[in-house]
Amino acid sequence: MTETFEPVIIGFTCNWCSYRAADLAGTARIKYPPNVRLIRLMCSGRLDPAFVFKALANGADGVMITGCHPGECHYIEQNYKALRRFQLMRRTLEGFGIEPGRLRLVWASAAEGARFASEVSSFIEEVRALGPLHWGRNNNIPLITDATILQNEEVPA
Amino acid sequence: MTDNMENTSPLEDQEKIGVYVCHCGTNIAGVVDVVQVAEWAAKQLKHRGVVIAREYKFMCSSPGQDLIEKDIKELGLNRVIVAACSPHLHEKTFRTACANAGLNPYLCEMVSIREQVSWVHTDKVAATEKAKAAISGGVERVRHHVPLQPIVVPINPATLVVGGGIAGIQSALEIADAGFHVYLVEREPSIGGHMAQFDKTFPTLDCSACILTPKMNSVGTHPNITLLTWSEVEKVDGYVGNFTVTVRKKARKVDEELCTGCGICQEKCPRKVIDYEFEAGLGYRKAIYTPSPQAVPNRPVLDVANCTYYEKGTCKACEIFCAPKAIRFDQQDQILTLNVGNIILATGYELFDARRIPNYGYGRLPNVFTSLEIERLTNAAGPTNGNVVLRDGKTAPKSVGIIHCVGSRDKNYNNYCSVICCMQSLKFAHLVHERTGATVYNFYIDIRAAFKDYDEFYQRVLEEGTMFVRGKVAEVTDVPRTENEKGKLIIQVEDTLVGKQRRIPVDMVILSAGLEPRKDSKEVAKTFGISCSVNGWYIEKHPKLDPIATMTEGIFIAGCAQGPKDIPASVAQGAAAAARVLGRIEQKEMALEPVRASVIEEKCSGCRICNGLCPFNAITFHADRMVTEINPALCQGCGTCVAACPAGAITGTGFSNDQIMAQIEGLLMLNIEPEPAAV
Repeated sequence: MTETFEPVIIGFTCNWCSYRAADLAGTARIKYPPNVRLIRLMCSGRLDPAFVFKALANGADGVMITGCHPGECHYIEQNYKALRRFQLMRRTLEGFGIEPGRLRLVWASAAEGARFASEVSSFIEEVRALGPLHWGRNNNIPLITDATILQNEEVPA
Repeated sequence: MTDNMENTSPLEDQEKIGVYVCHCGTNIAGVVDVVQVAEWAAKQLKHRGVVIAREYKFMCSSPGQDLIEKDIKELGLNRVIVAACSPHLHEKTFRTACANAGLNPYLCEMVSIREQVSWVHTDKVAATEKAKAAISGGVERVRHHVPLQPIVVPINPATLVVGGGIAGIQSALEIADAGFHVYLVEREPSIGGHMAQFDKTFPTLDCSACILTPKMNSVGTHPNITLLTWSEVEKVDGYVGNFTVTVRKKARKVDEELCTGCGICQEKCPRKVIDYEFEAGLGYRKAIYTPSPQAVPNRPVLDVANCTYYEKGTCKACEIFCAPKAIRFDQQDQILTLNVGNIILATGYELFDARRIPNYGYGRLPNVFTSLEIERLTNAAGPTNGNVVLRDGKTAPKSVGIIHCVGSRDKNYNNYCSVICCMQSLKFAHLVHERTGATVYNFYIDIRAAFKDYDEFYQRVLEEGTMFVRGKVAEVTDVPRTENEKGKLIIQVEDTLVGKQRRIPVDMVILSAGLEPRKDSKEVAKTFGISCSVNGWYIEKHPKLDPIATMTEGIFIAGCAQGPKDIPASVAQGAAAAARVLGRIEQKEMALEPVRASVIEEKCSGCRICNGLCPFNAITFHADRMVTEINPALCQGCGTCVAACPAGAITGTGFSNDQIMAQIEGLLMLNIEPEPAAV
């Protein structure tokens, strides 16, 4: 199974830097594997941890959070909040028995198309090495439903 | 996993979504099977509200847009997905098309299948699948879109220009000449910037002062310009159209109204101070001074740190001789509040400190000079009246070595090219040769003489007999190895064209130092709320198509603050920034993206978790009602508070939880009817 395993990665991008880095990677025709599917947010600070758990619980094998470099945030300092949440999310994942390596934080400025592409590529390989997640289909891991995430009922910590 | 889809979709029955897949010639169609994607969307996403899915060669063309408009009108579409290029390119195009057909533009969503799919992937099957997933995500997201109205803000016609160098001067004059008021804030006692220190300008060898001072005077006398020199911006509040700027006008200790600029105070002041600011440390000024005789405004500044009166309590020579009695020892800093609609930042650059490269010996070997020192030495109004001499002040050099790329194109210092140094070095080569007849060596990595008439100037300098040695200088030393090296500075360099090490003895070394961002550029960026690169240059909205605007509405950049550039480019940027601002002023109001956060008061528990998160002070807490409120005028729409609210009481228009959650499901293809064999 692992030989044909193609991980699915959800990538969250910041409208001002990493989304533009992805655009630049495109414009410069820098190739990376097609396993990542991107979502545009206004800022990495917009990233609700629920988005990450939602993606992982619904079939994604890894999640990539991308934002502006420290000190370069379009909204001055909101990427630091993303950094804080990232640390918490990794710990939470560990609590669930999920490899924290399935979550990666990448800083990429609008000029760093090549860096964006190489980070995506290396993350895909890392997740590929970790294997499929199957959260929700695997009985050993508690299932998070949308209801628990959205209504904040009994969010396991 | 699919059964929760119904819960989060309030408009289940009314949705009529049109999906438009663009070929972009072969840009997309060459990798993604667009026909298959469109057919798939029409079939597999039908139960999600897709009523029509089309593909077309160029969706952004008029016939492509007509296709969308026609479907909106005839099929009654109420949501539109355009799968094409990046929304940063054509979102406006398709939103306008939707608006033309009577659909609220914010009900249109773009899915990038070019920059994010066809241009970065080679596997056609996988790319087609990814395009499907992306469209599926877009369809789920757009179901949760609601009609929005852009936020319209009035534009205050007054403009703030920060920095009185050539870029800022140009901006200020353009706007003032168009009939609108400009506040020009300059940190130094006079406007003019670096250009005022130069002697000649490449490639025409125009006298810098001759072309600059008329512009400086126009600024000083313009009825539409309020010139605030010896002043700094301390705080910027508000947003595009309506900024409130706090400026500290430092105490000059001189009443600017009474002072006539006669200069008697400078003449009578007994205190001589080394002038590091204007004369690059080569000359003197007094404790009360104007940077140069051409200073605008022609009003002196009293340097409190070096004034005898402030040290010892006696002297007051300036006050005694001042006929109009303009000296004010008790003058205090003034805090001014300016209301402006737009801001242009033209804060310029700083010269690379050549001391940081110890092997070049600047500061240790007396006859090693920086480029700015040579500008002053060659300047007829400079400390030596234009005579190029060694540090002893009298000997003319017989041989001169000019080292290019000092602190530039060097991974130990700055990776970037400082743009101006090649031409500046060629100019020095010409001027030094002209003034002294010395043999001049240029040590270069590459000669970068692009732009109009630049290469012609290079040819001219070549023909004048200047030596060019291609190689990065390893060391400048005063330790001789042979008799003819005695008493000289020896330049150790690998001549990469000949392929051997050379030692070239010269009398004078000129370090063509690179340009660096202002030391405080990051703090200034923070004050104005704009982004700044790791180096410290301000980041433009788009490196090619929008080098003037910043990501912050209403704040523009011009000149070297954006990156190293020469005088023509700085002037062009200054004028371009002014044109942008004038366009805004003429519009009288502008529409902002309605991406804003707002609090649903019934859900707010008053926990105040969000209160500390907003860097724009948009969040206020009402202690009486125990609820938080977000000021939409101050909110910039980052959504950090939305993500933080444990009660889900804050919503972000355009990027709501529902929209993102639905997009995640769509991207993971949860919306597709599961095939029996799949599970």
